[in-house]
Amino acid sequence: MVNIEINGKVIETRDGVTLIEAADSAGITIPRFCYHSKLSIAASCRMCLVEVEKAPKPLPACATPVSEGMKVHTRSPKAIAAQRSVMEFLLINHPLDCPICDQGGECDLQEMAMGYGSGISRYTEGKRVVHNPDLGALIATDMTRCIHCTRCVRFGQEVAGMMELGAPGRGEHMHIGTYMEGTVDSELSGNVIDLCPVGALTSKPYRYTARPWELRSYHSISPHDCVGSNIRVDVRNGKAMRVVPRENETVNETWIADRDRYSYTANDHPERLTQPMIREEGEWIASDWDTALTRAAEGLKAIAERDGAEQLGALASYSATTEEFYLLQKLMRGIGSGNIDHRLRQVDFRDQAEQPAYPALGQAIQDLELLDAVLLIGSNIRKDQPLLAQRLRKASRNNGAQIMAINAVDYDFTFPLAQKCITTDLGAELSGVLKALLTLTGDSAPDSLQPLLTGVEPSEAQQNIAETLKAAPQATVLLGNTAASYPARAELQALANLIAELAGARVGLLAEGGNSAGAWLAGCLPHREAGGRAATVSGMDWRAMVKAGLKGYLSLGIEPELDCIESAAVTKAMEQAEFVVALTAYTGEGLMAQADVLLPIGTFLETAGSFINTEGHWQSFGGVARAAGESRPAWKVLRVLGNLLDLNGFAYTSAETIRTEMEGLFGDVPIGNRSEWTMSEPTKLHQGLLRIADVPIYAVDPMVRRAMPLQATADALLAVRLSANSRTLEKYGLADGDQATVSQDGGEATFIVAVDERLPDNAVYLPAGISETRGLGGSFSPIQLAKA
Amino acid sequence: MQLLKSLTLKELRSGLGVTGRYFFRKKITVQYPEERAPQSPRFRGLHAQRRYPNGEERCIACKLCEVVCPALAITIESEQREDGSRRTTRYDIDLTKCIFCGFCEEACPVDAIVETRVYEYHGEQRGDLLMTKEKLLAVGDTHEAQIAADRAEDAKYR
Repeated sequence: MVNIEINGKVIETRDGVTLIEAADSAGITIPRFCYHSKLSIAASCRMCLVEVEKAPKPLPACATPVSEGMKVHTRSPKAIAAQRSVMEFLLINHPLDCPICDQGGECDLQEMAMGYGSGISRYTEGKRVVHNPDLGALIATDMTRCIHCTRCVRFGQEVAGMMELGAPGRGEHMHIGTYMEGTVDSELSGNVIDLCPVGALTSKPYRYTARPWELRSYHSISPHDCVGSNIRVDVRNGKAMRVVPRENETVNETWIADRDRYSYTANDHPERLTQPMIREEGEWIASDWDTALTRAAEGLKAIAERDGAEQLGALASYSATTEEFYLLQKLMRGIGSGNIDHRLRQVDFRDQAEQPAYPALGQAIQDLELLDAVLLIGSNIRKDQPLLAQRLRKASRNNGAQIMAINAVDYDFTFPLAQKCITTDLGAELSGVLKALLTLTGDSAPDSLQPLLTGVEPSEAQQNIAETLKAAPQATVLLGNTAASYPARAELQALANLIAELAGARVGLLAEGGNSAGAWLAGCLPHREAGGRAATVSGMDWRAMVKAGLKGYLSLGIEPELDCIESAAVTKAMEQAEFVVALTAYTGEGLMAQADVLLPIGTFLETAGSFINTEGHWQSFGGVARAAGESRPAWKVLRVLGNLLDLNGFAYTSAETIRTEMEGLFGDVPIGNRSEWTMSEPTKLHQGLLRIADVPIYAVDPMVRRAMPLQATADALLAVRLSANSRTLEKYGLADGDQATVSQDGGEATFIVAVDERLPDNAVYLPAGISETRGLGGSFSPIQLAKA
Repeated sequence: MQLLKSLTLKELRSGLGVTGRYFFRKKITVQYPEERAPQSPRFRGLHAQRRYPNGEERCIACKLCEVVCPALAITIESEQREDGSRRTTRYDIDLTKCIFCGFCEEACPVDAIVETRVYEYHGEQRGDLLMTKEKLLAVGDTHEAQIAADRAEDAKYR
């Protein structure tokens, strides 16, 4: 600790911090543009010049470390003169277009100019003219406003891990732009908008639609991944105008992913369902709530009475609120049916009874930064949970963490991979790692896992993974979304558990969707009730429901043919069902063909509720935007539906009352992340050509799929193609750019072929969740490929 | 003394004297509408939106007039026009709310919203006094010469 004096105030501060950090912690404001606590120090703007006694010239506070006995003046005549001079230089080339600038009203430069600028400019020469690069559908540029703080450049280099923006040129000729003509494609790119202290980088969808003083800010939580990013929604006249991050060091720091930032644009999509609809003799007619709800309740009741309640099933979205999950399962169990599921991207449910209370990261999100070794199993963490990948990148950069991957696709990560195994047989690779570990530790595997280990000879990569995990003081094995939809998911998890146990590592489950944890805890599962209790009326998982061909379905916030991983099977089941009630915020081709009653519900912006994130952090939020048309929060719709079905205990007055009831039930949830499952028989993987289907970043839920700016990004545009490596393509007589027809599970579709050497042999990559692949089968299942 | 004042009707006569003085003085009553009172170039009457000489509307949708308006009489919606410029899609002034303080004109960075010398207007229906962007631009087009002359005259004091 050292003692310094700022403006006569004695401050005790940690050794090695910079003056600006010391001043910030003491609540003394020093003006700055280029300094940002999350980025490296550039000291390029010089706005933070302060007077330090015994220093001949003013020093930049952001780049000057504190030393014992330092006496600093931030408001002395000398310091102010320096700051005013810097301000004058910064304003030389800055245009006077504040009235049309989106940053106007919340601009650092504007505020600083009020404090340090002079009224009249002494500069009479022409201002610099700069070309505006086109950075894509998300970021608008007005580069004449740029003051060259290079925050955006440093962000790309240090945090996002893609050096897309740079500052070529020097002096007068320096400008910010892409090195080559091209868009900014990072999944975290939107953060440069918040970082930009002026209006040079602004949000394109928000452009010119509102001014900061018109907006009312509300706190909310992002529903698109299991991180539960804290967001602030800015609302004007009941309409969400933009989403910006809210600082929460334990969850999302100061960042959010583009998916969280721009999904609000789908809130008033033309496909938004604004009034209840019912199907009369094959024709859709707009209806009112009374009629539609009565119709829904009567339809469900009729099936329950005639064919038994077990002929009814409920499918829920991954990103519904915990309250909605809870009411949905309460309603279904009230009728007498245990057929409730939300795990629509999973296919292997053998170990569900032994699963932990919810799929948890098993550690704090913050602690990911401290890891020394990470094994990713079946995870495209960068696109599925961008902010967790960002933490891993930090671990890799700051901590030298060894990150290893066992994946079906050699995904591009923003951190280097120390080891990688790319294969469609994830289980075999894990068995190799386990075998190597067993040899290292001298332990033996439990009998139930022996069949997976017979004849396994660890490869060099597997040996290395085992050694690295064992040697690392802080190690974690993470099971990602590809692993979750793997046909032998139970084996993967059992192997991962054992590997972690032997290596002294933790296990983390990266859940799909925004609120898997909430769904598990609320009991939106066939085998468990709220709080993780075993269900008294157990039911079928979604695959079994679809296979059994139930008579009636109730769906919550999904488009079945896109949100279920096996599109063909679920489409068939829905179309053959007698009666389907869909609670949905959006209409769509699929629902219009499958459902009988459509009940409009609010999106996460219009409903109150709570999400539980991957570390078990329970975060509540309120509705922020005005409901679209006649839509109502889903918990209210479920409440009324419960009352119409004559069920007890549906007298909630607010989302909080539901939460209070849940809190009582969740109270004694065991915190654990291991499952004690005994394998009876290993899953036989399919042979031949397999389809690898993950859900692309901008196809995870109905809302994201309709966010037009996101759909115009490279990530979304590149998702629509069929790719395979050149050896596989050669076998089928295909080349890059050819048209190929695939058929799977009775569905057929034609795609343009792309060569992608990141894929293993005998596999084609064809994503799920996009309209182009609806009607096809599942992931890691056989597919036929032919030249079109 | 008091008695003397009362007897001579001094106070009555001095009062009538004021009346008499004004009776014979030059009259200031204006015979409206045949005659008009003089107006200052700063007169704050009916609002107008101005255009540049090339016909382009001046307003850039900065919304400073909206936020400064003490009577909350102005409503603006904006968007990016085809050519990339910032423009209003809606610009309403509710004259029944307006208190004619002139703050909107003062706030405007491009002299788009102005108050003209026009004070003779009326509405026959509810809504007639809700000035839309089209109506405001039409007023501006009609009176542009006068508006420009007034701004020029007042320029040195602004």
